[in-house]
Amino acid sequence: MCAVGSPCVCVCVCVCDEQLSRSVCRSTSRSWTCHTRSSLQLSLPLSLPLSLSLSLSHHPSLSPSLSLSLSHHPSLSPSLSLALPLSLPVSLYFSPSLFCSPSLSPSLSGLSLSLSLSLSLTPRLLRPHSPQPSDKSRTNMTENGLLHPERVLTLDTMNPNIKRVEYAVRGPIVQRAMQLEKELQEGVKKPFTEVIKANIGDCHAMGQQPITFFRQVLALCSYPELLNDNKFPEDAKDRARRILQACGGGSIGAYSASQGIELVRQDVSRYIVRRDGGVPSNPDNIYLSTGASDAIATMLKLLVSGEGPTRTGVMISIPQYPLYSAALADLGAIQINYYLDESNNWSLAVGELRRALEAARKHCNPRALCVINPGNPTGQVQSRQCIEDVIRFAAEENLFLMADEVYQDNVYAEGCQFHSFKKVLFEMGPKYSEKVELASFHSTSKCYMGECGFRGGYMEVINLDPAVKAQLTKLVSVRLCPPVPGQALLDLVVNPPQPDEPSYSTFMNERTAVLAALAEKARMTEEILNKVPGIRCNPVQGAMYSFPQIQIPHKAIEEAKEKGQAPDMFYCMTLLDEMGICVVPGSGFGQRDGTYHFRMTILPPTDKLKIFLAKVKEFHQRFTERYS
Amino acid sequence: ACKCGRSFTSPRLLPPTRISPRTRSDVDEGLQPDAPPGAMLARRTVGLVSRGGPPLTPRSPPGRSVQRMMAEKVLTVDTMNSCVKKVEYAVRGPIVLRAVQIEKELKEGVQKPFSEVIKANIGDAHAMGQQPITFFRQVLAMCSYPELLDDDRFPEDAKGRARRILQGCGGQSIGAYSASQGIECVRQDVARYVERRDGGVPSDPDNIYLTTGASDGIVTMLKLLVAGEGRSRTGVMISIPQYPLYSAALAELGAVQVNYFLNEERCWSLDVSELRRALADARRHCNPRALCIINPGNPTGQVQSRQCIEDVIRFAAKERLFLMADEVYQDNVYAEGCEFHSFKKVLFEMGPEFSSTVELASFHSTSKCYMGECGFRGGYMEVVNMDPEVKAQLTKLVSVRLCPPVPGQALMDLVVNPPQPGEPSYSTFIRERKATLSSLAERARLTEQILNTVPGIACNPVQGAMYSFPRVTLPARAIREAEERGQAPDMFYCMKLLEETGICLVPGSGFGQRDGTFHFRMTILPPTDKLKILLSKVKDFHQRFIQQYS
Repeated sequence: MCAVGSPCVCVCVCVCDEQLSRSVCRSTSRSWTCHTRSSLQLSLPLSLPLSLSLSLSHHPSLSPSLSLSLSHHPSLSPSLSLALPLSLPVSLYFSPSLFCSPSLSPSLSGLSLSLSLSLSLTPRLLRPHSPQPSDKSRTNMTENGLLHPERVLTLDTMNPNIKRVEYAVRGPIVQRAMQLEKELQEGVKKPFTEVIKANIGDCHAMGQQPITFFRQVLALCSYPELLNDNKFPEDAKDRARRILQACGGGSIGAYSASQGIELVRQDVSRYIVRRDGGVPSNPDNIYLSTGASDAIATMLKLLVSGEGPTRTGVMISIPQYPLYSAALADLGAIQINYYLDESNNWSLAVGELRRALEAARKHCNPRALCVINPGNPTGQVQSRQCIEDVIRFAAEENLFLMADEVYQDNVYAEGCQFHSFKKVLFEMGPKYSEKVELASFHSTSKCYMGECGFRGGYMEVINLDPAVKAQLTKLVSVRLCPPVPGQALLDLVVNPPQPDEPSYSTFMNERTAVLAALAEKARMTEEILNKVPGIRCNPVQGAMYSFPQIQIPHKAIEEAKEKGQAPDMFYCMTLLDEMGICVVPGSGFGQRDGTYHFRMTILPPTDKLKIFLAKVKEFHQRFTERYS
Repeated sequence: ACKCGRSFTSPRLLPPTRISPRTRSDVDEGLQPDAPPGAMLARRTVGLVSRGGPPLTPRSPPGRSVQRMMAEKVLTVDTMNSCVKKVEYAVRGPIVLRAVQIEKELKEGVQKPFSEVIKANIGDAHAMGQQPITFFRQVLAMCSYPELLDDDRFPEDAKGRARRILQGCGGQSIGAYSASQGIECVRQDVARYVERRDGGVPSDPDNIYLTTGASDGIVTMLKLLVAGEGRSRTGVMISIPQYPLYSAALAELGAVQVNYFLNEERCWSLDVSELRRALADARRHCNPRALCIINPGNPTGQVQSRQCIEDVIRFAAKERLFLMADEVYQDNVYAEGCEFHSFKKVLFEMGPEFSSTVELASFHSTSKCYMGECGFRGGYMEVVNMDPEVKAQLTKLVSVRLCPPVPGQALMDLVVNPPQPGEPSYSTFIRERKATLSSLAERARLTEQILNTVPGIACNPVQGAMYSFPRVTLPARAIREAEERGQAPDMFYCMKLLEETGICLVPGSGFGQRDGTFHFRMTILPPTDKLKILLSKVKDFHQRFIQQYS
């Protein structure tokens, strides 16, 4: 029996033209049934070199074998005949030297090709999420008696930690969204005309305009001839000159110091001092990074040690940003979940931290506590009091604090204010500020700039053991340096135009416009979603996301389970297929058992966001009716 | 679980340099930027004492009780990731830290027997004065600030490229995330480039992964390969001398480093019999699964012959090894009679028996060749014959880091799709490219020639890449003195060279070498005038050093 249906086999014969730059493809396709042997004759005017590629439109778990011969040309000596065990997809390439003596012309024509293919299918369950050991039958003898060479690197033999890594923000739902976009482009009819992606905090992709000043300076740094051009304001030129002077050979194409350009680290330090009302910051404690993710993964890497009950445990909030769970899986560290209080606007309660820590101490060695403020995906902004409580808790329990503060400028709700962990720590006096080890993270990707593509970021480490710091410096040196354009951009973020500079007013206008629009969209999202029966949404106090709770009817939950999907994945997949709206299911971030959520960004332009929210509303009502 | 990297053949990579007792003030001061490197190293080596085990360093530093008192810290050298402690990266190691410090001292007016530090430690072309390719930088400027598309000063082909790249970006901004595997149109361009380069061997954009420099791709592939415990732990074969990214990544991943030695007498060539020896030895302790090749070689500068590549591929096929081909210097071939052959091309020319079975990942970057754009961290890898399920895992893994830097992706696109004949920028581009490459070829010749006139220095021809890795004969007395100081003899030599002449080179022990031999790596990147000065200073120093210690 064949569970995968009748796969279609396409044989492509590619003939290269003289420049070898383009390939002309001839293809033939036919349906295959299971366990058949069939041959396919192609008689094409061919010349060498030629390449063949085979692909099957179905699942890659097919075990075909192929025999192939090239013949009917007097200059071919010998005619080639091969019986190959294959794993698909496969490409075959024949160079002239395989067929003829070097004295012959390499461009042969008038070849004909015969192919015979035999296929046997080893149907396996589709298992996008939980990989199981591969079917060994793939590697056994096939019907024609050939041994299938097992690959060196297979699902069975690869790094087991990597298999456990999950990253929902770019997971199956996003892959499906991209597929839908392709189908729309190809003219396939859908109940919608475009896919609106609200799965990822990617501002520019959603139409947000870059800050003019930043991009002027980056253009000047990229092509310093422009410094002689009078179309750029003087302050932009000054910044560019200053950055270039700090680069090796005056070029952003040179490696920087591994910790980052010294000048940029000094500017970062000054920015922190200003932000934190004068709390001192040392440029030596600043490490520039490839986006915040890089620095977070690096800090976690330093922290991981021990085996069994002494293995490092790391406390992360649930819901969390899945970089944390992914990095912990990759490192083989123990993930310790503490739950945010949804009924209390996703706030963090120290009682819950204590519960989680005590439970974890039975099986691992909890050593670090990660906090995301403002929250991703939950959008809460922590109160100063709460931060103090967390710091006290970390000090008492001897935990390394990691503060993910990449949304520090994204605070919208009245009465809310961003407090950095570092500032609060230092205001709590030397008992804490000289003891608690803290790493805080920032990036160029969020806030009002949204420059994700540049992968700029930094971390500041406080009270880090000097010997560990030397190890950290050594570790980052292996990767040579963070991308220099990202470092340059970060420098501009921490050192933007000043009131007496020509670009100041444009800069302020642009910045204020972006942040005001975000605040407006945050309010709108909360308001509209809360009008939908069965959807409940906390205020988006900060960051860029709403994480509403959705009621899913029992019948839908059952259907999801039959499909082997998480109920909110089923919900989001249906939403995507019916409305063209891409949001990420709450199960990718973690949630209390029996509750369901999705994360959506508030980034689409206001008009689009309105349509988007109306579609969510319409869908939710339809979905609820259908399944009750 | 973490297993720590071990190596099964003799060379010790970078032995500890200097050990001095840790004092209270060390702890209190933190790491001052102007602290002497000895202090820095002391902090690094302090605490290399395993719990309850014997000290790992020759001298157990006193002052442990002081540290215990202070170390109510959560994260200490004792409690940190032990694999990370084993990581060493000589190219940016202690000698470079000292060089940076000397530069600072010079600025502050401290008197030295030289007026500037010449850094020949790292393949950083622009830092050494190489000019960027105009066309590349014009396109990058327009991508950064698209208003410039309306400016007449830029040629049409540059504008066309910028528009095309921007159209490939979300919201037409290089500030948007790209697909984790890289911008699709860039991957298509890379695939076409690979096809052209390899005489028509097909390349599928789905097999191209853009990366954050080649290092990122290499580390990611190694990470996928590492599995097992004890005797089944993954072993990875690397050349000695090697580029220390490999040993560092293997240490960090807790994989087993399997050393095979290049043949210095035969211009650093690779013998399959040596591969066989290394593999057979390693199979007793671990599960060797991958073979890494750097061609053209770093630090050794050899260019592999087509025959040698075929032999390596046959060996990998027979012994069932995953091949990793580091080909970042593919345009840097200088010696007559030498030619770059990509592993992929040779693999496919060997026919389907090999081309449909041998698993290969090959790596390239924007940092070397004629462009030398290290700061952009652009690169790609192409995977061939990779299990589709593993490929899905790879795609998932790279998605966690979101995407490689987009300016680097844009630059990669320009490198694989440069100005064509008939386009306005073509002649300038070709002129700049040729000037850089021929000047490098000239410097490669010059380096070999001058170094080989120094008694006690023997240097293979620099056939390709950007480095010379000459052998230096050190007097027994110097070796003894170095050992007394706890330094590798070539580290002692290079440190002294730096202090006396301001020249920064990397000792061979950072790359690995046969026991009892000593080398250094120097780049050929300083401008010709400066390179001449550098070489004559090395010559003088070496003669003085020999006299002093014999």
